[in-house]
Amino acid sequence: MEIAISIITVLMIIGALYAIHARDLLSAVIACGIVGYGLVICFLLLKAPDLAIVQIVVETITLIIMVAVVLDSSREEKFSKPDGQGYISIITSILLIVVLFYFFKLSVETLDAFGSGSLRMAAPYIEGATDKTGSANLVTGVVFDFRGYDTMGEATVLVTAVLGVLTILRIKGKK
Amino acid sequence: MIVYLLCFILFLVGLYGLITSRNLVKIAISMSIMEFSTFLFFALVGYVNGGIAPIVDPADPVKIYVDPLPQALVLTAIVIGLATTAMMMAVIIRLYRKYGTFDIREIKSLRG
Repeated sequence: MEIAISIITVLMIIGALYAIHARDLLSAVIACGIVGYGLVICFLLLKAPDLAIVQIVVETITLIIMVAVVLDSSREEKFSKPDGQGYISIITSILLIVVLFYFFKLSVETLDAFGSGSLRMAAPYIEGATDKTGSANLVTGVVFDFRGYDTMGEATVLVTAVLGVLTILRIKGKK
Repeated sequence: MIVYLLCFILFLVGLYGLITSRNLVKIAISMSIMEFSTFLFFALVGYVNGGIAPIVDPADPVKIYVDPLPQALVLTAIVIGLATTAMMMAVIIRLYRKYGTFDIREIKSLRG
């Protein structure tokens, strides 16, 4: 199990690296799709079918939006030699990566080994959930019953985002 | 531990792209990659060896389920990620129509 997930994650890393370095923006967007659909397979291997269904729908919609934006443009990223500002950003990112890696080394030791089920919160959810919520699917029970206010907030965020997109695309800019 | 490490490397690749790239579409892509690595981390933390998907079957004698709580959190986060990406792409297409380029530095130098 761990090996299969590792292989797919390596594929996702390669896809991500290609997406960042591709010259053509359309291939960058498609390579971003590799990462998203690889994540779907990881969710299936990790026994999360609900997440896989949602992710495959969301990834498809995201790809359609991104391809629509990219096809509307000239598609090519202009090649430019890294100048002073470029070197500064590369050095900044490498410094950040080193610092974050140090904290990752510190924090990964507090995690239990993969697959040991280190979170104890789930036990009460699993035991009484079917009687309390009447839902056989525990994830649905948690999302719509135990954490119902959270889901209401999510719906608010969605409505706000849709209103924002409509507002941004409708206004006429200053000429 | 190797899966956690690979998941973190995926996050770092997204971070590197976010800081170094000058193209607005690539910045959006890098942000989605960072999101994906976070979702993967949550799903990894909730996994239990030998567990089955958290759908209760009364006839099943073995009661080992994968942790449903991280899955519920990620379910919320995925949908919000779609909303933020759509919003970002809307801003990007507005900027492209106004300035005719995706390059953030050119946009910064052209004041409209």
